[in-house]
Amino acid sequence: MTAPQSQVRDLSPARMGRQARQQPGSNPWFRLRAALGELALGGYGLLGYLFFYLPILILVFFSFNASRSTAQWTGFSLSWYAEMAGDQQIILALWNSLFVAIVSTVISTILGTLAAMAMERYDFVGKLGMDAVLYLPIVIPDIAMAIMLLIFFNLSGIGFEPWRLSLFGVRLAVPFSVIIGHVAFNISFVAVVVRARLANMDRSLEEAAQDLYANAWKTFRRVTLPLMMPGILGGALLAFTLSLDDFVITFFTSGAGFNTLPVRVFGMIKRGVTPKINAVSTVMLAASLLLVVISIVFRRGGDDSKIDFSL
Amino acid sequence: MQERWRRSPSFRAWLLLSPAAAWLLVFFLAPLVVVLVYSFLERGTYGGVIWNFTFGNFQRVVDSLYLNTLFRSTYIAVATTVLSLLFGFPLAYFIATRSRRHRNLLLLGLMIPFWTNFLIRTYAWLTILRTNTGLVNVSLMSLGLIDEPLPLFGNDFAIILGLVYGWMPVMVLPIYAALERIDRSLLEAAADLYASGFRVFTRVVWPLSIPGVVAGSMLVFIPALGAFITPAILGGGKSLMIGNIISNQFLAAHDWPFGSALSTVMMVLMLLATLIYFRTAIRTGTPR
Amino acid sequence: MSRTRTWWFALSSLLVFGLVLAACGGQPTEAPPAVVEPASEIVIFNWSEYLDPEIYTMFEEESGITVVEDNFSSNEEMLAKLQGGATGYALIVPSDYTVSIMKEEGMLAALDHDNLPNLANLSERFRTLPYDPGNEYCVPYQWGTTGIGYLSDQMEEPTSWAVIFEPDPAADYFGRYTMLDDVRESFAAALVYLGYDINSTDEAQLEEAKQLLIQAKAGLAGYDSDNYEDLVAAGENLLAHGWNGDFLFVLEDNENLAYTIPEEGGVIWVDNICIPNTATPEQKLAGEMFINFLLDAEVGAMLSDWNYYASPNAAAEEILGEEFLSDPAVYPPPDVLARLQYIEPVGEFEAVYQRLFDEVKSAPVP
Repeated sequence: MTAPQSQVRDLSPARMGRQARQQPGSNPWFRLRAALGELALGGYGLLGYLFFYLPILILVFFSFNASRSTAQWTGFSLSWYAEMAGDQQIILALWNSLFVAIVSTVISTILGTLAAMAMERYDFVGKLGMDAVLYLPIVIPDIAMAIMLLIFFNLSGIGFEPWRLSLFGVRLAVPFSVIIGHVAFNISFVAVVVRARLANMDRSLEEAAQDLYANAWKTFRRVTLPLMMPGILGGALLAFTLSLDDFVITFFTSGAGFNTLPVRVFGMIKRGVTPKINAVSTVMLAASLLLVVISIVFRRGGDDSKIDFSL
Repeated sequence: MQERWRRSPSFRAWLLLSPAAAWLLVFFLAPLVVVLVYSFLERGTYGGVIWNFTFGNFQRVVDSLYLNTLFRSTYIAVATTVLSLLFGFPLAYFIATRSRRHRNLLLLGLMIPFWTNFLIRTYAWLTILRTNTGLVNVSLMSLGLIDEPLPLFGNDFAIILGLVYGWMPVMVLPIYAALERIDRSLLEAAADLYASGFRVFTRVVWPLSIPGVVAGSMLVFIPALGAFITPAILGGGKSLMIGNIISNQFLAAHDWPFGSALSTVMMVLMLLATLIYFRTAIRTGTPR
Repeated sequence: MSRTRTWWFALSSLLVFGLVLAACGGQPTEAPPAVVEPASEIVIFNWSEYLDPEIYTMFEEESGITVVEDNFSSNEEMLAKLQGGATGYALIVPSDYTVSIMKEEGMLAALDHDNLPNLANLSERFRTLPYDPGNEYCVPYQWGTTGIGYLSDQMEEPTSWAVIFEPDPAADYFGRYTMLDDVRESFAAALVYLGYDINSTDEAQLEEAKQLLIQAKAGLAGYDSDNYEDLVAAGENLLAHGWNGDFLFVLEDNENLAYTIPEEGGVIWVDNICIPNTATPEQKLAGEMFINFLLDAEVGAMLSDWNYYASPNAAAEEILGEEFLSDPAVYPPPDVLARLQYIEPVGEFEAVYQRLFDEVKSAPVP
């Protein structure tokens, strides 16, 4: 049994125009409007993405700058990439950032989704209070949260030293203090996004499943979860992005010697952020784009029901 | 049919909620108590606190300087949210109406720029917007289109632009998530009733996207209100945001209790506003 | 279940499993030995690009101790983090007034001079600093001044702070200069222009300084403590209130960049290397060994050579080139030196300064 196809695509101006054409009494004016609408929408989308990528292009451009300035172009050079490759601190910071981001995203997505389900589906004692608690991490000023976590970790004896362990022969330092802070605010962001998704969801499918004697877990796994997926993945994406870029909370909660990329970069602002950071960002960009390309190629002949932002 | 869910026991709700609640309780609410308690204490000379109970910090909050700054920050945050919504909604709509494969790519493509470093991105805007040597002005002037450089930097325009740039994806994601789930039968019903595309939009699409709009607005407004790094860089450090003031209390002014009091007040205000906004918007918007 | 979903489940289970392992397995252990041996790895909390990485490598070769550098971008950040209870740092590099604050708060460990034979290398001046006489808690690291950097090919040398505080609207530089986004530094410039003590706690004087700063906003492009030197080098601005080393750092980008200290005076500051009292005895010993290493003549010379700031190390000065030593931007001549003041902490007045600066920032441009 398949769940219904997603239908918002049908709301594109082109499709709506086509449908109008099929109806009795439609006129060419409708078709023209639909075509223009489709063009406008497409053009807008393109402009939107250009807007987002404009600073990125500048950033990439300056990573090849010959001088250390990020303000004026003096010539082409790969020296910053060479410097980046040799800078163990930066690479370590990058790895730390990714590690913290991935771990905190996974945890907060799971917790946030569960929380969103509870909040959106049930009325219960203490719901208003829980609502407030879920919004607090979003609402609190960064530095207040950072300092309070710092003090809390100190007073409670939890400390900041990363847990050092060997996992499959790889030496890891798990910066739990940083991860805890990231999860705390990410739970809320994920919950908000998933709730937006849940609010619109059509219960009839789940009820149909129940009518067909599916138990709660089966209903959840086969119907509810796939339906929620766009929200969950959207929330996870958001959480990952926020975690990757966080500075204030990470700075104050990290143990001595532990640095993520934003912390390193912010530390550099006094003496000038050199194009080495542009190089790092460009490499990250290239890696992400590469992953995306790989996933396209990988999925080309594949099953359409794979992890998807939609059904 | 909805009643069946509603009457489920609180137990089930709390079961789902408990991991998140536990985490937040231990690692957020407990530390939050620190902030709350600090707001009632006296400051140490150079930071830290002295354990004397006082209301003085809260009294100081009600002061024209801070209120003015709060208004200014609110104005910037509202502008950011409105513009993000205005520009973000069509973008979300665009993505949601693409084919399945393209949708995923577009979403990823939307977020990928934000996996580069925040500071570098902001500096890149600096390079674009700077008055005398910025890309925009230099190109416009060399093309002879303008004589004097446009004031694109060091003012509210740059700040709002920077904030919109940084937070629009956060507006787009929830709206997309809400739009993507709109039921075909509603569309067909509207078309069967000879509704034009526009009508379909205002009567069907928009009301159903409201949860996404509400979520997105909130996720943009709140961080925009507390933002201070972007305004500092793109605003040339000339304007003061409430985020700067709070940050300064903990850092340069060594006045943690006052910083805590300001944070507490801000949190309470924003929380109230959020809860009210969320509830009324959902209630009036969603056709249940 | 589809293949990808299985993948995701596997991946997340792995992560969770790993975390559980971490929870059970890895705990920080710090068993203090009976005899104090220096720690094998220490962390220094420093400004960025302030210490030549070569020096860390050399130190490691000589002593076997690895030094990891964490960075902060302002004294206040560093102070707040330590006050909040952060531990693990063996060495920190605070500026002079922060040293005073930390001394008062009892956050510094007294240095054991037996471990610092190279202390004798310091210039006399730096052994009797007002905020730490006798180098009890800190050793001077680098020192510098705050003044005005400008493009010499586009404007005359500014001889007075009036160029900032009473700008000529018709001048080229009007609207094209920045001030430091630092409450004490900005007020210091204003107070010294008015002829007052830069550590004034006189409300009337501070109010006057505040008015002056608001007046300066007329021609100000902005407040900037981080990029100002790049903006001047790029020609975006014509002059900037800033620290000497920063301007020298970008000299290669624009050789027309020049630095001067106005006649009314300015600020002299000293960065210091100290040991927080949260350091373990092992870390402290290793830290002292590093400080001693830095005080070596050659290492001190390397340091100044690398970050363009002046060295407090007399023995190092002998190695530094004549060109460097006679550069007035780095080593101000005695008559200029006499007009420079140290920023000192002003206790509860810090909040007053901060508030006034906030008022300056939120005041409308005149």
